[in-house]
Amino acid sequence: MALALAKTEALNARIARHSLQKGGWLGAARAGALARLGAMGMPVKRDEYWRYTDPSSLTVANAPIAALFDAGDEPPAYGAIDRLKITFVDGVFDPAASDDLTLSGVTIERLALAGKADIHWARDLFGLLEERGQTPVERPLATMSTAFATDGVLIRATGKVTKPISLIYEHKSETSDAILHHCIKVEQGADVTILENGPAAARLTMVMEVEVAEGGSFHHIRTQGRDHERRAATHIFARLASDALFKSFTVTANGRLTRNDVVVELIGHDAAAHIAGACVGDGDFHHDDTIFITHAGERCESRQVFKKVLKNGAVGVFQGKILVRQGAQKTDGYQISQALLLDDDSQFLAKPELEIYADDVKCSHGSTSGAIDDGALFYLRSRGVPLKEAQSLMVLAFLAEAIEEIHDEAIAEDVRERLRNWLVRHEK
Amino acid sequence: MAMLETEVRDGVDRETIETVQAMAGKYKYGWETEIEMDYAPKGLSEDIVRLISSKNEEPQWMLDWRLEAYRRWLKMTEPTWAMVNYPVIDYQDQYYYAKPKSMAVKPKSLDEVDPKLLATYAKLGIPLKEQALLAGVEAPEGERRVAVDAVFDSVSLGTTFKAELAKAGVIFCSISEAIKEHPDLIRQYIGSVVPQSDNFFATLNSAVFSDGSFVYIPPGTRCPMELSTYFRINAENTGQFERTLIIADKGSYVSYLEGCTAPKRDTHQLHAAVVELVILEDAEIKYSTVQNWYPGDENGKGGIYNFVTKRADCRGDRAKVMWTQVETGSAITWKYPSCILRGEGSQGEFYSIAIANNAQQADTGTKMIHLGKNTKSRIVSKGISAGRAQNTYRGLVSIHPKAKNSRNYTQCDSLLIGDKCGAHTVPYIEVKNNSSRVEHEATTSKVDEDQLFYCRSRGMDEEEAVALVVNGFCKEVLQALPMEFAMEAQSLVAISLEGSVG
Repeated sequence: MALALAKTEALNARIARHSLQKGGWLGAARAGALARLGAMGMPVKRDEYWRYTDPSSLTVANAPIAALFDAGDEPPAYGAIDRLKITFVDGVFDPAASDDLTLSGVTIERLALAGKADIHWARDLFGLLEERGQTPVERPLATMSTAFATDGVLIRATGKVTKPISLIYEHKSETSDAILHHCIKVEQGADVTILENGPAAARLTMVMEVEVAEGGSFHHIRTQGRDHERRAATHIFARLASDALFKSFTVTANGRLTRNDVVVELIGHDAAAHIAGACVGDGDFHHDDTIFITHAGERCESRQVFKKVLKNGAVGVFQGKILVRQGAQKTDGYQISQALLLDDDSQFLAKPELEIYADDVKCSHGSTSGAIDDGALFYLRSRGVPLKEAQSLMVLAFLAEAIEEIHDEAIAEDVRERLRNWLVRHEK
Repeated sequence: MAMLETEVRDGVDRETIETVQAMAGKYKYGWETEIEMDYAPKGLSEDIVRLISSKNEEPQWMLDWRLEAYRRWLKMTEPTWAMVNYPVIDYQDQYYYAKPKSMAVKPKSLDEVDPKLLATYAKLGIPLKEQALLAGVEAPEGERRVAVDAVFDSVSLGTTFKAELAKAGVIFCSISEAIKEHPDLIRQYIGSVVPQSDNFFATLNSAVFSDGSFVYIPPGTRCPMELSTYFRINAENTGQFERTLIIADKGSYVSYLEGCTAPKRDTHQLHAAVVELVILEDAEIKYSTVQNWYPGDENGKGGIYNFVTKRADCRGDRAKVMWTQVETGSAITWKYPSCILRGEGSQGEFYSIAIANNAQQADTGTKMIHLGKNTKSRIVSKGISAGRAQNTYRGLVSIHPKAKNSRNYTQCDSLLIGDKCGAHTVPYIEVKNNSSRVEHEATTSKVDEDQLFYCRSRGMDEEEAVALVVNGFCKEVLQALPMEFAMEAQSLVAISLEGSVG
């Protein structure tokens, strides 16, 4: 009882400064979410689901102050890529820094504007996938985003979208506390790529709901980082119909606290979901990937590839679960989580789970943790490669399997370049 | 019946399904020994704890220890995190002590034990006789001798080869006897590995344990024979709460076997045991279990609820422990034999085969806690699910910051037979230094069709073929068992899977 009370009190404090927007189709969805949120309260460290990550800085009333960050001469992410830019500064849409939202094969709207209508396609998606994603474990921070998100984008892809849609999140206030919520609907046979980058705010709580219809493809590449002081709790909820493809890759460099939840349901048959992540952390860095994949249809494939490079006391967490429901025969589920600990102070905490109720399946998971292979390092040095360079080579080779999950080589190269720069800066 | 609704998959004979129905509930050890019993009143209270203590003629300190545990237990709640479902257990609807009347006066030797009880063990195939060997007749080649402690409901009937073991300095007796005769050892070690407050079931056991085995191997001694305890639950509505304590002093070695069975009954019976192993410098304990409690019938009626806490503490440098378990019985299994690797260079190994058929539910695994430098652990777990059973591997590998250069390798494989069962893996991996290497692998698959086809093309029937493939799947674990057990376990694997094809 005491626990439930603490959760409720934390919730009341956390949402005190936010007001529930009423009216339109969105108002109804928000009211429903608030009711659900009230029953859950805020997460606490004692929750099994937060076993390895202390949620308190995500749930305290005010966002912990985060010093602004100067990236120096580092080029912005995806600089060389032709894309449609949509910019949010501390969670607020910035029209001056955004492109015109018209693009062939897709409609793009802002949540804050579209929510006022009585009828909208997003009504059948907004908050619904998030709600489905609440079992078997509650994710109250996602529900909070459904109830209180101030903005977001509603993207509906109806054909092959000609260039990536790039969501840029800037952080310009030390105390900003952003809540965003996006909905993306990929219609039958459509194909869209979403890019995300930037720290967004001192604290970010975000949800992205993705529905992929038959034969549709969704590609997602996210660059989180380099701001050190920021905190973020992000969620992706996806539902896939038959022959649909969902690919999501995240690179995280630094950040005091990052919790990335990805919840994917494979409803149709022959669908595929690939989720990958590469993270590099130095010092006061805590990074948590929590993945939950449900196979409900036959002959679906899922892959989870997560690699973490940690040093100077950085902590990497991976909680990944594959659930294969009865009848989801011929499932092919693969999951790998690996950590490279560059010194003795870093930690890797993992809980890779399988829950299987169908017999004709192939599921595997692997998890390893260790230091750089001395033998390989010695070999490189014997070939004249200096120590630092040899170490960097080994780190990039270690991360390669995750980066291979990016479908577009130009974007993959952008990610690699970012990691190379990080390694140079963090040689100490 | 639920089985009739089983959907027949392509290529599976209707006949096979019928065989399944005919076979289900076939449990070799389900008979009962009719014998007059002496029960403590039903239910649990401080008085019952006092009664058990007085029945065992225990000193005051032991009673105080039990009472402390009982008071703690009253404040605890039953854990619910395991993937097992069972109706709420009424702890007042159990007998906590049951003793054959003929054991009222403790027999001086096994020769004086009620022949009915001896016959029970003969029927189970457990040798309680040592005459042949004592008379100087040579044992057939290859046959090794095993000393047995036979525990029947709440009491130990007696222990074989005591004199010969005593010559080597080995103490092997029931724990009730040890409390009286070796109080110093008991006081020093009991509860030192599994403390009274450890968990709900261990605390319950600390309060009401009625008997169990005690082993002490003196420094530098290799125990001259294998030691074994055979647990039999016979009385109805009776819980069995045994406690085993094994101490391997510096440089000693012992191999210990444990077996258990129970009669078929419609009601569930509770079994909550605690096993503590203390391993000092350079010592080694090999602990093997074949758990074959009554699993309940094909609809999940009856069967043993098996809630067991087993832990080994490698206190000395280079201490070594090896847990091997074959879990085929019990309606519910909740069991995580663990290793605390405290001593430098100590080693823990865990080999497990868990088979769940019909309505059985097993949630089992291990914990490897690496505290000392250069410690090593290895986990090989094979879970097999059939019928409507649920089988979960749950494990923890924890490498503490000071456990430099440690090594863990974990492999968990699950095999599903049929589309109504479940196989789950829940490993926790916590690595807190970088000089250690931790590897975890898990796979889930169905019985390989090609392998089955090959076996069948060689003239085997389907069940034989599945048993062979499964035995191959379990080979790594079976090889870790002592000889006598390996043979028994292999046939057990076959039995448990009888009728599960399809």
